[in-house]
Amino acid sequence: MSRKRTMTIGAAALAGAAVLSLSLSSCGKADMTKQTSPFAAAKGSKSVTLSVQTWVGAQSNVAVAKYLLEHEMGYHVDTVQVDEIPAWDALSQGRVDAILEDWGHPDQEKRYVKDKKTITAGGGNGVTGHIGWFVPKYWADKHPEVKSWKNLNKFAKQLRTSESGNKGQLMDGSPSYVTNDKALVKNLKLNYEVVFAGSEAAQITQIQQFAKEKKPFLTYWYEPQWLFNQVPMEEVKLPKYTDACAAKGAKDPKSIDCAYPTTPLQKFFNTEFAKKGGSAAAFLKNFKWTKDDQNEVSESIASGGLSADEAAKRWVGKHPDVWKKWLPKKK
Amino acid sequence: MSTSTPPIATRPLSDAVRPGPLRAVLQMRAVSKLLLLVLIAAVAVPLLQAKYGAAWPSSLTVDVSGPLGKTSDWIIDNRDSHWLFVYFLGHLSNAVVISVRGVYLLLLALGWTGVTAGVTLLAWRVAGLRIAVTALVSFLVSGLLGMWVPTMQTFALMVVAVAVSVAVGALLGLAAGLSERLFRILRPVLDTMQVLPAFAYLLPVVLVFGIGVPAALLATVIYAAPPMARLTALGLRGADAGVLEAVSSLGATGRQRLLTARLPLARKELLLGVNQTIMMALGMVVIASMIGAAGLGDRVYQALASVDVGAALSAAIPIVLLAIVMDRTTAAAGERLGADTAAAGPKWLRGRLAWVGVAVVTAVLALVGRVSGSLVWPDAWAVDLARPVNDFKEWMVDHLYSGVPVVGGTADWAAHFTDWVLNPLRDGLTALPWYATLLIVAALAWLIGTWRTALTAVLAMAAIGVLGVWKPSMNTLSQVIAALAVTLVLGFGIGVLAAGSKRFEAILRPVLDVMQTMPQFVYLIPVVALFAVGRAPAAAAAVVYALPAVIRITTQGLRQVDPAAMESAQSLGATRWQMLRQVQLPLARPSLLLAVNQGVVMVLAVVIIGGLVGGGALGYDVVTGLATGDLGLGLVAGVAIVCLGLMLDRVTQPTERRTAGKGA
Repeated sequence: MSRKRTMTIGAAALAGAAVLSLSLSSCGKADMTKQTSPFAAAKGSKSVTLSVQTWVGAQSNVAVAKYLLEHEMGYHVDTVQVDEIPAWDALSQGRVDAILEDWGHPDQEKRYVKDKKTITAGGGNGVTGHIGWFVPKYWADKHPEVKSWKNLNKFAKQLRTSESGNKGQLMDGSPSYVTNDKALVKNLKLNYEVVFAGSEAAQITQIQQFAKEKKPFLTYWYEPQWLFNQVPMEEVKLPKYTDACAAKGAKDPKSIDCAYPTTPLQKFFNTEFAKKGGSAAAFLKNFKWTKDDQNEVSESIASGGLSADEAAKRWVGKHPDVWKKWLPKKK
Repeated sequence: MSTSTPPIATRPLSDAVRPGPLRAVLQMRAVSKLLLLVLIAAVAVPLLQAKYGAAWPSSLTVDVSGPLGKTSDWIIDNRDSHWLFVYFLGHLSNAVVISVRGVYLLLLALGWTGVTAGVTLLAWRVAGLRIAVTALVSFLVSGLLGMWVPTMQTFALMVVAVAVSVAVGALLGLAAGLSERLFRILRPVLDTMQVLPAFAYLLPVVLVFGIGVPAALLATVIYAAPPMARLTALGLRGADAGVLEAVSSLGATGRQRLLTARLPLARKELLLGVNQTIMMALGMVVIASMIGAAGLGDRVYQALASVDVGAALSAAIPIVLLAIVMDRTTAAAGERLGADTAAAGPKWLRGRLAWVGVAVVTAVLALVGRVSGSLVWPDAWAVDLARPVNDFKEWMVDHLYSGVPVVGGTADWAAHFTDWVLNPLRDGLTALPWYATLLIVAALAWLIGTWRTALTAVLAMAAIGVLGVWKPSMNTLSQVIAALAVTLVLGFGIGVLAAGSKRFEAILRPVLDVMQTMPQFVYLIPVVALFAVGRAPAAAAAVVYALPAVIRITTQGLRQVDPAAMESAQSLGATRWQMLRQVQLPLARPSLLLAVNQGVVMVLAVVIIGGLVGGGALGYDVVTGLATGDLGLGLVAGVAIVCLGLMLDRVTQPTERRTAGKGA
């Protein structure tokens, strides 16, 4: 019988705990848009939560910011991996405090920054991003004419894979990335099939595989990106980006027929954090570096085999002149 | 009970051996069913063809993206003001955060010495010395891999998720066990929940709760509660009628009868339910990290983003170890229930005093750890596993990817598999007129089940058409069929070998354990490196995931064949091959069918995750929906996946439903 009793005691304790935690929280309203992670600030320290996106450049921003916040300013930093658009939602709810690299999401900006005012713009992070179509250098050197979209159809045959069928393969990456490629292929009458790798990890793996065998490929890719140091690539010229074309595309995304714009990458903060975040918020507002700085960190993470923390430490050691300016002045 | 999948335990195998005459009648019934279908087809097909044509008619689709988009906007706009969120869901989410935080802080306060000691002693107390050693080693390894803090985060999340799942499941099971009516209502609901791939409902949960622990925990509960409910109901309904009668004749009230007779009699099932719930919950750890669950799953997910298989493995090993420890402990505790109490460990570890002992020793060790100044695992003791693993992966890829003499490289196989199997299958399924597909589904489901199963299957397929995702669904279906075929060929083959040799089975067992508990995300990137981006790596990952269950059920089925039948066959001078083909396999038919059924459900679950590595189709749509917050796209794809799952389940569901069995 004693075992049965322990089981009932256990069940009672469990139920008690559940009721307790419910009643603890159930005094009146419970705004679930203002809850932080249960793992945040576990030892009573000042803490900041940063969102990390899947690409390595974003990881580098976060790694360096995290390292400095922890070692120079005494904060505890939590990182959460979230896709781009859910990250906006998480930011507006205060689940994360800051996004350090956004590639332009006008809809979200309108909803959260202009209308709801739960997110505050934090200025540029100093890096300019560019999306385009790329081919490997070893292939472009042999066939320089491949560097214009007008000649792409001639090469479709060389680029066919079993996934793209009779057409050439244009490889895209994660579904969360900004892409018009399906519309571009159609509107430019290219004999290509857009094959989505489904994640950046899969895309990088595939590019490295192609490069190892010196096979030709055509891929959606972006700068700044550390992979260029490992697999040199050249951009394929698309019809020039114009404001008129952008306006047309804003109305109907299926009608886009020009290249991608060049975007200065932006930071965004949770409004509450921006106001009350103290020196951490001030520091993140000041955070601004260059493409080369970012790539230096990215490459040591992605191909140098360093952990993000070690990579940040190495960069911080080498460039005090850059980050000293970010630290808020002590009163 | 090892780490096998829940339905194995919950679906009883009935009518294992069917007598000859009955079989003949059945076959005649099958013929008449087919004839009837042919008749229906002869009338309906020309009409449908004339009216709609071969592709799914656009007049029969409903576009739900508009209303779904509006719903999603409404939720986002009202999440901080509407009473539903402020007074109900908000508290729910708050309670989750507070409970998880409470457990996490407790674990941190105990320090690594306290936690390790506590878990080890607990395992010793309830499950014996061997499992205690396993627990000790597992926790030390988690520390050694530098994963102590994420392991504790996952542990905290698991404790709360399992507690909630068990509570919810037990309540549902209690209701279903006591009321015939509720049982009838709940059964199809639970059936459906078990064929639901978790991937499909991440999006709605995130939309309501936002990214983070509450959403992750709820998704886990939805996934992990059904086995508890099923097994509770099964245990209550299976209670010996004689005992119950005796108890009521003693004048016990209904409540007394439940507490003193029915629940204690069902405790084995209850513990098995807890065990299954734990395994399911751990299976969700990595998938839940896609919506911000933190802990080990998040480490795996982050490592994959930078294509770091070694780091992913370092985080995955503690998940596997946690699973093994929790599984073995609860399973052993279950086996000991009702067994002789004297077997339960050394003397000083028995009785109520033992619990005090466990608490005291844990507290002392926790203090020792605190005094010596290291609450979390000391960094200096960490071992870097990532680099050697990555080197090994590189080596493997370099040598296997292409240009291997005679057999060709893995990339060539993948290309052939895509060209010769996946593409024709997909094109065939897409080109097949929709009514023909429905008829085939109806015929398969009807032959193997009742007209009800056939109706469910056909309705599920029709729903896919109505939602306007017929084409991607056929693409996904082709991947499932192809991966399933490979899984079954390999699984039956290995299963037959394992059934024939105890030693082979013993060697195989730990391998299968690891394959089953290893998060699928860990091998998604290596399969891309080996098989190139596309549908082939998705299929390969699905085969890896589904294979263990198929092998296990096959082995078990063949082993359970009546020895008398085997002996008589042997005495008639049958060779080993003849015995296998003419005695063992036919007698094990129900098990083999069950293996097919399990294989189907598991293959589907992974094929859609294959959306992350170029699998395309429905899985890709779900990922896109998640990544872009597009409820219309993601939810429709999710529902289509559920419909596919239902259809596949019904088409392969072994016959036991025909007899209104008592299985929950």
